[in-house]
Parts: sequence; structure tokens; C-alpha cells
Amino acid sequence: MNNIVILPIIIPFIIGAILIILYKRHAVQRVISGITMLILLAFSVFLAIYVYQHGTVVLEVGGWKAPFGIVIVADMLSTLMLLLSTLVGAACMFFAFQTIALDREKQFFYPLFLFLMVGVNGSFLTGDLFNLFVFFEVMLISSYGLIVHGGTGYQLRESFKYVIINVFASALFVVAIAWIYSIVGTMNMAHIAQRVAELDQAGALNIIAIMLFIVFASKGALFPLHFWLPKSYYGPPAAIAALFGGLLTKVGIYAIIRTFTLIFNHNLEFTHKGLLITIAGVTMFIGALGAISQFDFKRLLSYLIISQVSYMVMGLGIFTPLAVAGAIYYIAHHMIVEPALFLFAGVTQKITGTTDLKKMGGLIGTHPWLTWMFFIAAISMAGIPPLSGFFSKFPIILGGFEAQHYVISGVALLVGLLTLITMMKIFSQVFWGKQKHTEEQGKIPVGKLLLPILPLIALTIILGFAAEPMFTYSMGVAEEIMNPTNYIESVLKE
Amino acid sequence: MELLMSIVIGIIFSVTIYLFMSKNLLRVVAATLLLSHGVHLLLITMSGLQRGAAPILSFDADAYTDPLPQALVLTAIVISFGVTAILLVMSYRTYKVHKTDDLEELRGSADE
Repeated sequence: MNNIVILPIIIPFIIGAILIILYKRHAVQRVISGITMLILLAFSVFLAIYVYQHGTVVLEVGGWKAPFGIVIVADMLSTLMLLLSTLVGAACMFFAFQTIALDREKQFFYPLFLFLMVGVNGSFLTGDLFNLFVFFEVMLISSYGLIVHGGTGYQLRESFKYVIINVFASALFVVAIAWIYSIVGTMNMAHIAQRVAELDQAGALNIIAIMLFIVFASKGALFPLHFWLPKSYYGPPAAIAALFGGLLTKVGIYAIIRTFTLIFNHNLEFTHKGLLITIAGVTMFIGALGAISQFDFKRLLSYLIISQVSYMVMGLGIFTPLAVAGAIYYIAHHMIVEPALFLFAGVTQKITGTTDLKKMGGLIGTHPWLTWMFFIAAISMAGIPPLSGFFSKFPIILGGFEAQHYVISGVALLVGLLTLITMMKIFSQVFWGKQKHTEEQGKIPVGKLLLPILPLIALTIILGFAAEPMFTYSMGVAEEIMNPTNYIESVLKE
Repeated sequence: MELLMSIVIGIIFSVTIYLFMSKNLLRVVAATLLLSHGVHLLLITMSGLQRGAAPILSFDADAYTDPLPQALVLTAIVISFGVTAILLVMSYRTYKVHKTDDLEELRGSADE
């Protein structure tokens, strides 16, 4: 039974390798990769339910015992992230079927897509720090391929910067791994956690904590390492931008949550209450201001990612069960709504041929369904009850006030207001006002394009109305990750 | 020995940073190459340099070298090799499309 946890990594890897051989037959590629994503989705639902009922599942790869070999660990946090990532991946894949140009599709689009899923799923499931680096690299190398896919001048120019920043961050990751190995002499995360606890996180371990935070923050686009994101996410088509906006930054955030709950949880005053909260506050404010100043649909959404991911870091920084549960809930909400908004940007681009807000207008007259679906996603993002945005922000901010972090909670409330303003700006510019697209463009049918977004919109409504079971689940995840002895014991079997 | 290696790694890192600051595309690629060498040396040095024993642990051996860092470095070398290959291709395409290898000219326009 333990062996099944490696399937989310193995399936896309093998299918992706097969698709390389079939690269000339794009119809076959579409069918196979679509079925693969649906199988992955069904499997991750099964795994999430199984782990919820039976507890953490650990696989020692190759039969090597825990501190020596690589372990694959599926606990509640991993399986939740896995479920969300395959859901977003499937939605983006089905959206890509209809929007990616044929010449792009033929150039190994689906193998790169599936290899990206290998890296993302692997990062969520691995229990070994060096293996985390390897899966980060698998994910990043596929993302280099996808972000430059199509090879327009703009993409080449901005992707080069994206690659350089990520290569530098990966080098820092290896430096941090070298330091941590020289101090604790192990790579297994549970074993590292045990030894760091014995050393009481003194001396150089705080420096390693900050070094790892810098690495993950540059992947998760936290201030002051956020500058690369808006420009590089603007280049690729909407399906890829949505995938990146939903998955890549969240892998960084997941790694921060994992390391700062499992390993570096002994010096809370310095790391969590000092570093994480300060960075989160500055990031969310700067991201929101950036979003307000933009007049381009995709760039605005990219700045929105920056401001939204910092809510999760804030929840982690406050480090009470309520706030951490809020952060988990917020990840679920954000990973559903943010890709949906990016896909809407793709739909409006298909209709009007532009992403400039000033050149769009009056879409409500020709495409009412699109308008109202976008409206639901937008007010969910802004945090209006009864949608998931409200019920995920509420515990974080309530936790902040209860733990007497008044400044950061105030900033979070203000940023919520700024988010509402940006959403209303998009809505009034794109959907209201005078019709700026031609009559022929107004007749473009979008029903098929909206179909992959529909599950995401339905989920944000469901997560809002069914807040009680979802919050109970998040609370379960929060209590599990804040009490790492369970994780350590199930990996090391003591 | 560790001290000497640390100094060497420091020099490599400073050269890397200098190359990263230059405006030439190819020099930036060379910087990533050199940076990966630096971190690999760091990884092998931080685990303690040992001589005169094989990396095999058996019950009657009185000395052995830690095999794990060598496995890690091997993996990291393969990864950085792949990344460098991608970077070279990308910088060549960028040069072909934009007809320049000056990063100052690749900044993009101010209104973007």
C-alpha cells in the first residue's frame, strides 16, 4: 500500500517521456495527456482521503531505511497541496487544448507540462532536503522550457532574467544544504528536525534558516525578491501563466511552511514573529500597490499573486493554530481562484485580442456568462462573504488580532480593501462601459473556453458555503504540522 | 586543507558576482557555470575533506570517507550541466532574435 504514494511522481514522468516520442501527433498527445491529468486528479483525491483516514503514509524508496535513504512522505499538508496542484494542472491543461496555437502545441508542450507536474508533485511529497532540491530543479527546468515556449522576442528577453534569478537561488539552496549537512550530518527532514531540536536551533542554524528562507522566498516571490514575477508571467500564453501563478509560487510557500514548522520552530521570536511577519507585511502592501498601478490584465494579476501569497506567510508567522489553519485554507482558496482569474484574462484576450484594460470595455453586453463568472471569482478574491476568500482571510486576521499583532492585521485589512479596488477596476474597465470590440469579436463563442474554469468557480462557491468542513480539515492540517513529533515518528519509526 | 578550500571558494564566488554584474549575455552564462562549481566545492568541503580511505563502510574498517556528499555533488553537477545547456540555447536564441548581447539593451521599454 505504501508504494502508491510514488505514483503522482511516476505517472506524469513516464507519460511525458512517451509523449516525447509521439511529438508529431498532437491529437494523440492531447488525448493521452488529458486522460493522464484526470487519472492524477482522481488518484490525488483518493490519496487525500486515505491519508485523512489512516494517517501519514511513508515510503522508503528502494528499501533503504529512513535516515539513510530517500523517503516519500504523504501527510495531510502534502496531500492537500497535491490535490490542489493536480486540480489546477487539469484545468489549465483543458484550457490549453483550446487556446495554445498549433505550432506551439507541436513543440513538446505536453511533455514539458507533465514534467512540470513531476517536479511540483515531487516537491510536495518528498521528505528529504536534497531530494526537494532535485524536484525543485525538475520543476524549474520544465518551467524554463514553458515560459520561453513559442520564443517571441518579449518571452526570450524576460525569460532569460527569470532563469538567471532561479539559477542563483538554486545555487544558494545547495549552499544552505552544504551548511546544514556540515552541522547535523543528515539530509532526511525528519532527522534534521530531531537534531536541530537537540541543538535548540542555536548558533549557525539561524543563519541556515534565513538562507533557506531567502531561497524559498525568491521562488515564492516575496519582497524584496518579487521583482522578476510580473514581467516574466506576462510573456507566456494565459494557460501557462495560470499554471505558474497557481503552482510555482505555492511550491515556494509550501517549502517555507514545511521547513519553518518542522525544522526551524525553536526560535519563534526571531524567525516567525520577526522575519516572516515583517516580510509578509511589506510584500502584501507592495504587491497591492503594484496591482493598483497597472493597466494590463495579466500584469495586474501577477502583482496580485505577490500580495496574496504573503497572507499565507503572515498566517505562518503568527503561528497560532487558528492563523496557520487560515493560511492552509488561504492556499486552497488562492490556488483555485488565481488560476481562474488568469484563465479569464486568456478568454478576454481571445475575444478582444488585447490584455490592455484601457482597450477593453462593454463585454457584459456580448458575453454575459463570462462576466458573471468573472464577477464571482473577483469578489471571492477580494474577500466578500459567502465565498472562500472571506472564510480564508478571516481566521488569519482574527488570529493576528488574538496574538496581538495589530500592525500586520491592520495592513492585511487595508490590503483586502486595495484588492477589492483592483478587482472593481478590472470589472468596470473590461465588462462595463462602452463596447470597444467589434461586432464580429462580440460573436466569438466562449462556452467551450469557460468549461475548464467552471469547476474552479464552483469550488470557490463550495469552499465558501461549506466553510465548516473545510475549516475543520485546515485545523487538522494546522495541528498536525504544528506538532512535528507525529511526522518525525512516522518517518523514523521510533 | 578546509581553510585553503574555503579561500578558493570565496574567490570563485567573488568572480561569479563580478561576472553577474557585467552586461554581456555570455558572461552571465559563464557566471552561472562558475557559481555551480563554487557551490559544488562548498558542498564537498563542508562535509569534511578526508584522504586515504574508501567511501565504504564495513565493520572492520577503521576509516572511511562519507559517501553521501559525493553522491549529492554528482547529482548537483548533472543538474547544473542541464541548466547550463538550456541557458546557452536561450542566450543564443535571444541574441538571434534581438541582434544584441548587451543586457542594457534587453531591459525592455519603460511603459511595460
